[in-house]
Amino acid sequence: MSDDSDIVREFLVESYENLDRLDRELVGLEKNPNDREALGSVFRTIHTIKGTCGFLGFNKLEAVAHVGENLLTRLRDRQLTLNPEITTGLLSMVDAVRQMLNQIEASGQEGERDDSVLIATLTRLQKLPAAAAVKVETATPPESVAETAAPQVSIGDILMQHVGVTPEEILHAARQQKEGDPRRLGEILVEQGAVQPADVVDALRIQRASSTQATASDSSVRVDVGLLDEVMNLVGELVLARNQILQFSSRMKDSGFQAALQRLNLITTELQAGVMKTRMQPIRNVWSQFPRTVRDVALGCGKEVGIEMEGKETELDRTIIEAIKDPLTHLVRNSVDHGIELPEQRVNVGKNRSGRLILRAFHEGGQVNIEIGDDGAGLNVERIRKKAVERALVSAEQAARMSEREIFNLIFLPGFSTAEKVTNVSGRGVGMDVVKTNVEKIGGTVDVQSTLGRGTTVRVKIPLTLAIIPALVVTCGGERYAIPQVSLLELVRIKADDVGKAVELVHGVPVYRLRGRLLPLVYLNRELNLVAEANAGAEKDGAVNIVVLQADERRFGLVVDQINDTEEIVVKPLRKQLKTVKTFAGSSIMGDGKVALILDVLGLAQRAGVVSEVRDHAVVETSLETAEAAVPKQTFLLFAGPGDSRMAIPLSTLARLEEFPLAQVEMSGRQWVTQYRGQILPLVRLEVALEERRNKIRTLQAPPPQGSGRIQVLVLHHDGRAFGLVVERILDIVEDRADVRSPASRAAVLYSVVIGDRVTELLDIPAILRSAETSAAQAGFAEKSTEVVN
Amino acid sequence: MATTSQFCTFYLDKLLFGVELKGVQEVIRSLEMTKVPLAPEVVSGLINLRGQIVTAVDLRRRLEMEPSPPGMLAMNVVVRSQDGAVSLLVDEIGDVVEVEETSFEPPPETLRGSVRTVILGVHKLNDRLMHVLDIEKACQMAEVPETLGVR
Repeated sequence: MSDDSDIVREFLVESYENLDRLDRELVGLEKNPNDREALGSVFRTIHTIKGTCGFLGFNKLEAVAHVGENLLTRLRDRQLTLNPEITTGLLSMVDAVRQMLNQIEASGQEGERDDSVLIATLTRLQKLPAAAAVKVETATPPESVAETAAPQVSIGDILMQHVGVTPEEILHAARQQKEGDPRRLGEILVEQGAVQPADVVDALRIQRASSTQATASDSSVRVDVGLLDEVMNLVGELVLARNQILQFSSRMKDSGFQAALQRLNLITTELQAGVMKTRMQPIRNVWSQFPRTVRDVALGCGKEVGIEMEGKETELDRTIIEAIKDPLTHLVRNSVDHGIELPEQRVNVGKNRSGRLILRAFHEGGQVNIEIGDDGAGLNVERIRKKAVERALVSAEQAARMSEREIFNLIFLPGFSTAEKVTNVSGRGVGMDVVKTNVEKIGGTVDVQSTLGRGTTVRVKIPLTLAIIPALVVTCGGERYAIPQVSLLELVRIKADDVGKAVELVHGVPVYRLRGRLLPLVYLNRELNLVAEANAGAEKDGAVNIVVLQADERRFGLVVDQINDTEEIVVKPLRKQLKTVKTFAGSSIMGDGKVALILDVLGLAQRAGVVSEVRDHAVVETSLETAEAAVPKQTFLLFAGPGDSRMAIPLSTLARLEEFPLAQVEMSGRQWVTQYRGQILPLVRLEVALEERRNKIRTLQAPPPQGSGRIQVLVLHHDGRAFGLVVERILDIVEDRADVRSPASRAAVLYSVVIGDRVTELLDIPAILRSAETSAAQAGFAEKSTEVVN
Repeated sequence: MATTSQFCTFYLDKLLFGVELKGVQEVIRSLEMTKVPLAPEVVSGLINLRGQIVTAVDLRRRLEMEPSPPGMLAMNVVVRSQDGAVSLLVDEIGDVVEVEETSFEPPPETLRGSVRTVILGVHKLNDRLMHVLDIEKACQMAEVPETLGVR
């Protein structure tokens, strides 16, 4: 047996490949039963397997293949037409063969198994009445038969092998040709009735295919994956060695050495690219099994689904191909099982009976995008919302506040399943969260888009490769860390002089304004519990380096001590002792031979709380009573507050903007007032409203300063009363969504928002009025100030 | 003839320990180490062993002993675990000793705590006892560190 092991191995490899093709071809055949070429190919595959099994002594396998072959013979001879039942039978035969091959691979034996049921089924299928046996037209074979030139495999051989023409018949025909018959062999045989014209066409096609196949196999070799991995590792080492030499090179002034190094550098890069390429596989390798999957699932739940693929040739590293196989399969099954409706339902809503499943793959920005789309029922936002609340995944309030997209992404939470009924395919509440975890494990992201009634598309974004990645190397607390470039958005350096102004605090939490958006800052040394220096994150000259990162659609700024350089790093996984540390994705050896850790941006973001689990996604700040805080664009009046701060009120609360000369301000008790349109307008000074209470009384008592100055007053209406808010300076009126907000840090402020491109405090008008009133009362001010004559 | 086996011995705080020689890949001097923030205390860091990244386990901590005095350069005993090479940090390297099976005794019942899973037992040498470590267990993180004493 061991002598045969090489032959067996070869047989296994070849058979696996053929079986994968069989799945595809059988499903294709079901749709197009008259595809003679595919049928011929299926027949040949099974025939080959049967033949080799007999030779290697795998009798059980041979028996199964034999009945399969018989069935296929009848199909090929058009005594039977392919129907779903027969296809299912043939597919189960393929499965049985695959199982046996697995067994042989594992143990070298076929194992104890009983295929009598399968064999009986296949035998029964053979006996089916020839449903609408195809009439074979006796027309002369098409022109192409006569035109084939210089065949590499003789047509006679092919006819003998695949159609069952006897050698005698061929010989007879050949003799006739020699004797001067000008016709081709095929034509003679057809005339003799030995073969059908269609068979000759088939044979010719096979002949052509075999000649092209020969050239294809000449130019490629089968390589063991283990060997490839080994080569890849070596190249990884080479890249490391190259990086080390590059570091030394700065000390060497020899130009010859520099030139040689340059070459080494280039060659290494090219070699790396070349080896990486050998590991690349088209996504087709994963997708090819999907037609079968879709067929089985669709049949199982009584649906009709057609599968379309775009970008089959998109290449991915084989480790990634392996890693996404299961998640993708799950998504496909899910689409068919949950996404696409039953044929009747589809017809009712005016759709085609048969659903469409569209797979797309394409490269974009160093990543591969894979989309699994269907034209099914789409996700029902309300149902998901309800379900999520029912399952206590989010609170009712949270759910009510979530955007459509956030709601869709709830389906990736553990313990979520919207399926009305639990099927054996999916809907057990496991799955989508596993899909997400698995995709994230390889540095990818999953996103869902859906339109109710129109369909759902799941988009998976994954990196091209995992073995060697470009990364940004930073220093923090004396150690270097590598940040995968895929998560990197930009680098920001704040000069020492500007640090105070640029890094603002939102209730003690540092933020930085990056082009008008608040960027939460995360200090790497604090997150990693590194020895905290007094000036955290600052360089010696006091500058701050911010690495702007993206994790799960969230941006945050990582403050590091120093930004070194970008480098190609070889990713080495962490050992199990360190698997629990979620902040690191792996380790790598740097140019100087020291080990550096690779940051797991998502893990870090989770640790820092930038990316929370969706369930505690609670937008805390909005739980404040914010009646006017709507996400659609709002118009704000901006004005300068005390100490050059920027404040705003919604324009809708403003009645008028007025400017009064200071001389018109009078004192009523201890409150500033002015006469305005035949009324007394109480004036509230902004700086007073924002003061701490104990200072307030004193300030309130101060009469307006003497002089000819003017004051800017915002006339506001609240609770049917008018009052004036005295501000330093009116800045602007702007329209903004103001959806970047954080909780207020002081009273009289609703929250901080980004309006325009600056952090702006949004005033809480009722609170200001209340506090103005109470402090006025405390200051001994009579409530009924309106009695004053105008 | 009684069966004998060879042990690579080393010292931790004057105690003599040994691991089976066939499980030892190599013994090397102190190497530059990269600390792993947030990692379990037992993990000292990562070292570059000729292009291979190896986790260094602080054996003193693993055995719940006093931390090594500051400034002491630990030696690396690189052992082969199921999960690849792991370096055990020890104070000092001893000899390779050959012991007979008969000199082995399991640890006394009074040895308690998580350490008990790591120390297989002792070989009674002429002048002292050699603690035999279970390589796999030594490379693993202690499940839940128990605060029971070592001795």
